[in-house]
Amino acid sequence: MSISLDEVRHVAKLARLELDETEILSLQGELNALLGHFADIQGIDVSGVAPTSHAVSLQNVWSEDAVGPCLPREKALKNSAMSKAGLFVVPQIIED
Amino acid sequence: MSNFVASVGMEVHAELNTQSKMFCRCPVSFGGEPNTRVCPICMGLPGTLPVPNRKAIELVLKTALALNCTIAMHSIFHRKNYFYPDLPKGYQVSQYGDTNPLGYDGYLEIPGPDGETKRVKIRRVHLEEDTGKLMHLPSGGSGVDYNRAGVPLMEIVTEFPPDITTPDEAKDYLTQLRQTLLYLGVCDGKMEEGSLRCEPNISVRIEGTDKYGTKTELKNLNSFRSVQMGVQFEVRRQIAVIEGGGTVAQETRGWNEQKEASYLMRIKEAENDYRYFPDPDLVPMCFDDEYIESLRATLPELPLAKLRRYENDLGLSTYDAGVIAADLNRVEFFEAAMELGGDPKAVCNWLTGDFAKLLNDQGLMPRESKITAAHIVELTKLIADNTISGKTAKDVFAKAFKDGRMPSEIVKESGATQISDDSVIRNLILDVLNANPEAVTKYKSGQMNVKGFLVGQVMRSSGGRANPEMVQKIVSEELEK
Ligand SMILES: [Zn+2]
Repeated sequence: MSISLDEVRHVAKLARLELDETEILSLQGELNALLGHFADIQGIDVSGVAPTSHAVSLQNVWSEDAVGPCLPREKALKNSAMSKAGLFVVPQIIED
Repeated sequence: MSNFVASVGMEVHAELNTQSKMFCRCPVSFGGEPNTRVCPICMGLPGTLPVPNRKAIELVLKTALALNCTIAMHSIFHRKNYFYPDLPKGYQVSQYGDTNPLGYDGYLEIPGPDGETKRVKIRRVHLEEDTGKLMHLPSGGSGVDYNRAGVPLMEIVTEFPPDITTPDEAKDYLTQLRQTLLYLGVCDGKMEEGSLRCEPNISVRIEGTDKYGTKTELKNLNSFRSVQMGVQFEVRRQIAVIEGGGTVAQETRGWNEQKEASYLMRIKEAENDYRYFPDPDLVPMCFDDEYIESLRATLPELPLAKLRRYENDLGLSTYDAGVIAADLNRVEFFEAAMELGGDPKAVCNWLTGDFAKLLNDQGLMPRESKITAAHIVELTKLIADNTISGKTAKDVFAKAFKDGRMPSEIVKESGATQISDDSVIRNLILDVLNANPEAVTKYKSGQMNVKGFLVGQVMRSSGGRANPEMVQKIVSEELEK
């Protein structure tokens, strides 16, 4: 199992990371080393073991449907780079 | 020219009728000032932890049961990762996998035009959260309102290959699904407000071929009519592209209501890479049979079952039964009238006729009016036992609609009871015949159609109260003498 340079570029793009070619090369090495560990794990026979999605043994944690307090709008907008008329303002979105 | 067949998959999103959001306790409602129903959890601020809304889970399970799905007794939430400003966390919590959605492998039956039933297979019913709303700002840039972000959202997707093959079926499916959701009380079904959203995907292929065509997805459909028209437009557009020697591109298209045409929104290059993975902040949901069966026991009689019962047990036509079953307000009224011993057909006629018209004129719901089921049942009985004519009944109903008095009271006061006394009617008729000797002569010389005129005169002289069938009969008797 190994990861190509194009795959590294693709994953970086999905994560919105700007990487130069040197970084891509070094990350390819590091990721391949990591994948090597997974290859070891994949060698283990896990037939008959139910897949787990969570590390803690909790289930059915939920809340009743009751309204609680919200954040005042001034506070909600306080850390935004730009806001206007109660809205967060972001660069123009072209689609939709 | 080849024959084409269309395939329509339906993806429906329904906002759930809960008080609070999916993973925080911000209130859920429509409209209002932007960003006033937000908190650190639904804005995705670091260090916050989501807690699922139990009611939302229950509403999806009920829907899944009503749609004949298999229930996932063990189910988890996933993160669907993408960057878009209406998604504050950078991921949407959703449910991935074939057998992980709360419900899967179900079906919805829709009534066909000829009394038959068509089964539309459903692949999945899952729970996720809604996104925020983006709007263009005249001054440039886009504004984001997170009031809707995190509202519980149910997604219902039909199976592939699709069972739906025409624009009408697409509309009928959505109609039946919406009715079902309203009967269950899980969603308010307001397409124009966006609490029920439908995104069909459409492809065409030459009849007899197995390979399905490239799909396009349609968005911005805000009504049943636009769903039907949009699907129809897309089918025709795709056929024209193929017949013109082109190929249909995999793309998302928007519906322009004014132009009644679809337009290109974006081309889908590759399948989006959402990198779904189990949400580590949310623990698994596990249900037992006892709980699921207790939910199943709360399911109401569903729209199609009701329609068929009205048809088979109460003798209504498919059309009438459908009109009543389509609207829960009418159902409530109709069933109350049945409990009072009303005649199904007669009650149905008033409900869908004069009553519906008056309600519509005044913009009222049935229960906001002064008319109750008892009014309608009493009125139909006054007609059935010939106390009043059908024509008088219309006036009586209009009065009752205005002031809420019972029909019998109105009839008694106005003296507008129907005249069914043979001798009274005969005297009225003799007066009319004496006053119109020419008409009588014409009749005797073979102009039979003059009878209608004479009957009309008798009805008029009785103030519309004479029993019409008796007038017909006795006028004939007297003219033949
Ligand atoms: Zn919140």
